[in-house]
Amino acid sequence: MSKLVIEGVSRIFPGVHGGEPTRALEPIDLRIADNDFITVLGPSGCGKSTLLRIVAGLDHPTTGTVLLDGQKVTRPGPDRGMVFQSYTLFPWLTVRENICFGLRERGVPAAAQQRISEEWIGKVGLRGFERHLPKMLSGGMQQRTALARALANEPKILLLAEPFGALDNQTRALMQEMLLAIWEAERKTVIFVTHDIEEAIFMASRVVVMSARPGRIKAELAVDLPHPRHYTMKTTPDFAALKARLTEEIRIESIRAAEQMATKAEA
Amino acid sequence: MFRPLIPVSRGAKIVLGVAFFVLFVGLWAAATFGKWVDPLFLRDPWQTIVTGWTLLAAHAYHIDIGVTVWRVVGGFVVAALLGVPLGILMGAYKPIEAFFEPFISFARYLPASAFIPLLIVWAGLGERSKMAVIFIGAFFPLVLMVAVIVSSTRRDLVEAAYTLGAGHSGIVRRVLLPASAPQIAESLRLVLGWAWTYVIVAEYIAAERGIGKTIIDSQALAATDQIIFGIVVIGIIGLVSDYLFKMVNQKLFPWSLA
Ligand SMILES: Nc1ncnc2c1ncn2[C@@H]1O[C@H](COP(=O)(O)OP(=O)(O)OP(=O)(O)O)[C@@H](O)[C@H]1O
Ligand SMILES: [Mg+2]
Repeated sequence: MSKLVIEGVSRIFPGVHGGEPTRALEPIDLRIADNDFITVLGPSGCGKSTLLRIVAGLDHPTTGTVLLDGQKVTRPGPDRGMVFQSYTLFPWLTVRENICFGLRERGVPAAAQQRISEEWIGKVGLRGFERHLPKMLSGGMQQRTALARALANEPKILLLAEPFGALDNQTRALMQEMLLAIWEAERKTVIFVTHDIEEAIFMASRVVVMSARPGRIKAELAVDLPHPRHYTMKTTPDFAALKARLTEEIRIESIRAAEQMATKAEA
Repeated sequence: MFRPLIPVSRGAKIVLGVAFFVLFVGLWAAATFGKWVDPLFLRDPWQTIVTGWTLLAAHAYHIDIGVTVWRVVGGFVVAALLGVPLGILMGAYKPIEAFFEPFISFARYLPASAFIPLLIVWAGLGERSKMAVIFIGAFFPLVLMVAVIVSSTRRDLVEAAYTLGAGHSGIVRRVLLPASAPQIAESLRLVLGWAWTYVIVAEYIAAERGIGKTIIDSQALAATDQIIFGIVVIGIIGLVSDYLFKMVNQKLFPWSLA
C-alpha cells in the first residue's frame, strides 16, 4: 500500500497587482510506497518547493488532495518532518534543546526527551556540541541538527527541501552519506528535493523528474543500485548511465524553462 | 581606523566615551571661567557642583530624586505590564490587532503633556496623576512597537515549529515570544527614556517635590546652577539605567548578540 498519495494536486498562485496568475503546478499524481526514498529533480521554478510545502501542509493545493496513510493532509503536523533549505534552527535554543523542541511540544517526558536527543546527537555526529547555540555552528552542523530535530519526532515521512543546497561539495558529500546511512538503518519514507543530478541518483530508490513551469511529472526512474551505498559508487558505469539519462531529461526542461523566461521578458 | 562595522577594543571604547565627556565639561569650563558668557545664564562647573552639594545637604535633594525616580518607575512598570502583553497579542493575533491598532495609532499622537491638566482634574495633585501622564506617554507607543516586533518574527521559524508539531499557543509561547524578547527589551529601554521627559513636564505643572519641581522653582530664582544640576542628575540616572538595561539584556539574551 502507498504511504503517501498525491492525487491531482495543482497550485495556482493569484496574480500580483492584477497580473497573470502563476500556474506553479499542473495536476500531479504521485504514489510513494513505504520506505521509499524519492528524489525530485527539476529546473528552477518548476514547483518543487511548492509541492513539498503542500505535502507538509504549509500550503494548500488549488485542486487535489494529499493522503498520508489514507488520512487527508490539511495542516502541518509532526507526522511529516521537514528540513528546509534555509537555516531554521531556533537561535535561542541549544543544539539539544532544538532537537527536543518537537518532543517537548508533544509532551514527551523529560527523561525520554533526554534519551532520544542523546541518540540523535550521536547519529548525526554532533557529540560535544549539545550545548552550542546555532550561531556557533557551521552551516553543515546546523543542517545536521535540523535533520535530527525532524527525525527525533519519528515522522512517518521526511520532507527534505534542498537541505544541503547551501553547503560546499565536501560537506555535502558527507551529509549525503550520513543521511543515507540513517535511511538504511531506519528505512524512513523520504521525499528529497534537489537540483543536483548526482545527489538525486545517489540517494534515491526512485527519481522523479519534473518539467519546467507549470510543473508536471515528466519522468520517473527507478534506481536499482545496491545498498549500502558508498561514495565510490558515483564512478561506476551503472551510475554513469543513469546520470546520462537524467542529464538529458533535465537539459530539455532547463532549456524550456529558459525560453519561458525569455518570452516572458519580451512580453 | 575607520573601517565600517569593525568593533573597537573595550579599552578604546571606554577612553573614547569618557573623552567626549571631558571635552564637553572642558568647553563648559572654558566658556564660564573665561567669562565668555554671563554667569546669570550659565554658571561654571565648580559652582554647579557646590550648588548640588548644598541642595543635597541642606534641602534633602535626594528625596526629590527619589520621588521622581519612583514616579518614572511606577508609570513605566504599569505601562510595560499592560502594554507588552497587549502588544504581543496584537502581533500574534491579527483580529486583535485590527480591533486595537487604529485607536492606539490615534492615541499615540495625543501629546501626553496635554493631558496633564485633565489628569489633575481626574486624579488630583497626588502621585496618581503623575504616573498617569507617564503611562499615557509610554503605553501607546510601546504597544505598537511590541506588536510590530512580534509580527515580524521570521516566518520560516514559525513554519518549522508547525512541522514539529507545535499548536497555535505553542507557536506564541515557544516561537514568537522568545524570538521577539530581545527587541521587546530594547523597546522598553527606549520607552524608559521617554518616561523621563514626561515626568519632568508633569512636575513642572503640579508637584510638591521632585527634580522637575526644583527646576521650575529655580527658574523663579534665576538659579541656573540649580537647573543645570537637576538636568545633569537626570542625565546620570538615565545613563546608569540604560547601562543596567543593556547588561541585563546581554545576560538574558546571549544568542541575539552579533
Ligand atoms: N507565495 C507565492 N506567491 C506567488 N507565486 C509563488 C509563490 N511561491 C512560489 N511561487 C511561484 O511558483 C513557482 C514555483 O515555485 P517553487 O518555489 O515551488 O519552485 P522550485 O521548483 O522550488 O524552484 P527552485 O528550484 O528555484 O527552488 C515559481 O514560478 C514561483 O514564482
Ligand atoms: Mg525551491
